[in-house]
Amino acid sequence: MKILLAVTEVATVDDAFEIEGTEIPDQYLGTDLNEWDEYAIEEAVQLQEADIAAEVVTVTIGPETCEQTIRQALATGADRAIRIWDEAFEAVDLLDVSTKTAILRAVVAEEEPDLVLSGVQSDDDSWGATGVALAAAVDYEWAAVVNHLAHDFEDGTASVRRELEGGVEELTTVDLPAVLTIQTGINEPRYASLRGIRQAKRKPLEVYGLADLGLEESVAESRVRLTAMSEPERESDTTVWEGTPEEAAGELADLLRKREVVQ
Amino acid sequence: MSDILAVVDHRRGELRDVSYELISAGRGLADATGGDLHLAVISGTVERFAEKLDREGVDAIYTVDYGEEFNHGVYTQVTTQLYDKLAPQYVLTANSVNGIEYAPAVATELDLPIVTDAIDLEADDKTLTVTREIYGGKVETTVELEGPAICTIRTAEWPGGEGTGTADIEAFEATIDEDALGSSVRGFEEVGGGDVDIADADVLVSVGRGIDDEENLELIEDLADALGATISASRPVVDSGWLPKNRQVGQSGTVVTPDVYIAVGISGAVQHVAGMKGSDTIVAINTDPNAPIMDIADYAIQDDLFAVVPALIEEFQ
Ligand SMILES: Cc1cc2nc3c(=O)[nH]c(=O)nc-3n(C[C@H](O)[C@H](O)[C@H](O)COP(=O)(O)OP(=O)(O)OC[C@H]3O[C@@H](n4cnc5c(N)ncnc54)[C@H](O)[C@@H]3O)c2cc1C
Repeated sequence: MKILLAVTEVATVDDAFEIEGTEIPDQYLGTDLNEWDEYAIEEAVQLQEADIAAEVVTVTIGPETCEQTIRQALATGADRAIRIWDEAFEAVDLLDVSTKTAILRAVVAEEEPDLVLSGVQSDDDSWGATGVALAAAVDYEWAAVVNHLAHDFEDGTASVRRELEGGVEELTTVDLPAVLTIQTGINEPRYASLRGIRQAKRKPLEVYGLADLGLEESVAESRVRLTAMSEPERESDTTVWEGTPEEAAGELADLLRKREVVQ
Repeated sequence: MSDILAVVDHRRGELRDVSYELISAGRGLADATGGDLHLAVISGTVERFAEKLDREGVDAIYTVDYGEEFNHGVYTQVTTQLYDKLAPQYVLTANSVNGIEYAPAVATELDLPIVTDAIDLEADDKTLTVTREIYGGKVETTVELEGPAICTIRTAEWPGGEGTGTADIEAFEATIDEDALGSSVRGFEEVGGGDVDIADADVLVSVGRGIDDEENLELIEDLADALGATISASRPVVDSGWLPKNRQVGQSGTVVTPDVYIAVGISGAVQHVAGMKGSDTIVAINTDPNAPIMDIADYAIQDDLFAVVPALIEEFQ
């Protein structure tokens, strides 16, 4: 079986930051591999170790700077990586779900994977929609918020559990080929070994633009536009205990005694 | 093209609260566009559901009596067919685990733009403005789009629709292409049982990713001992295997309402808050003044938990 892993680098924001227009200046931002993707990668690697997956290919939409993050996936075991970027993306501040779907659809058409794994959502802007939108676009079956994937794949199906709200899991059978969006906690992501990190440097990483995928530049023009960014208004009446840790702890202790939580 | 179509959520014989919230969100949009609010109830005991949903502001309810439980293929097919029949301006669904399993597929099928996890919606003649959160609730954004669209709404953001309505309830004859249904639900399982039920606790010391390492949990155990409290956790602590699943507070864990909830190194992501916002008194210990938990809390200490927690333990020795 061939697995396509859709992974993304996410932005992280410092405790103290500022907003300028519809952007947070770079100085307040960091980057990380999307938390959900770590679990999707581990799931693919386990299928590879079980000799179920013959090839694991990652695909990422992102600028050159995210290659370092992509290499993390390669270091844990993925065989090769595809990165999609285009000058046309530089001019827009949001790639909406339709745009990402159109791009990934072209990659799926080229790679013809049996299984596409992605995270449930990206940690930074939490759209949580691309995996399912992609499945419909490429006519694959799908399941969202998967927290267990059985390894037997009988009769061309995958047997999964979906994590619903309130501690309930749904047991579902999904026809292959399929897109699964992976939930955190499905496995225990491993750390890349030093050997893995060395090998990752030599693994192929291909870069394509829109034209390479046979797509028009207009794909970059999302129908959804980002128009404002702000810090949420604080309307609450939170009492903030100031002072040294000891003083603040003293205030909390007084409250707990007053509430007769502890004597 | 000014109507709103909202598709409700139900599970195992019960309408979920967000279904009523979809009525208020949908009515608000319909008032702005000058259109009607249509609801769709797909699968399950649809007539019983439709009666319950007939609340103020609902103009029509379409029922589709096909199967018992949610199946994303059925929901996708029915929603696209209803869209073709009603030509609504906006389609709304819940941003629930099931909502995000079919709304994006409907967007693809109908070539509509999609915006997920809305916390506020505004519309005028041509533009839809959606407010949503990014960076785990630390930043708010608005996005805009023109023309028809599909949007998923965050649960517990809108009040539930009330009153009694005079909606036309109509069975919609959807054509389900069964060969195209590529997934089937085999059953459900309750998970996360075990020795303690954190929902019973009067005082919870709840630990999050800020604890940084499994070894540091000892500090939290000491605090819980000193206070006679029960330990609970946010998801990453459970995902890492540091505490069992029955300790997880939140959307996919347990909903708790203790007298005192002390959140230690927890940011207050929406899925966590869903499980603890009903607590009587909430205390947050967090280094980040912008963490959403600092807003939700009644009392906050903006400092390093590794300094505050030992000092607190000291208070009770
Ligand atoms: C479908 C779905 C379901 C989910 N269900 C749940 C659920 O049931 N329960 C749940 O909790 N989450 C759930 N989540 C995950 C949720 O989105 C968040 O990722 C999670 O709640 C974050 O946990 P956290 O606050 O511990 O970690 P983080 O968000 O990483 O926050 C850690 C906090 O610790 C603070 N901190 C760090 N160091 C220190 C220090 N030394 N002293 C003081 N403070 C410090 C930081 O400032 C930060 O605010 C779900 C997500 C999805 C998509």
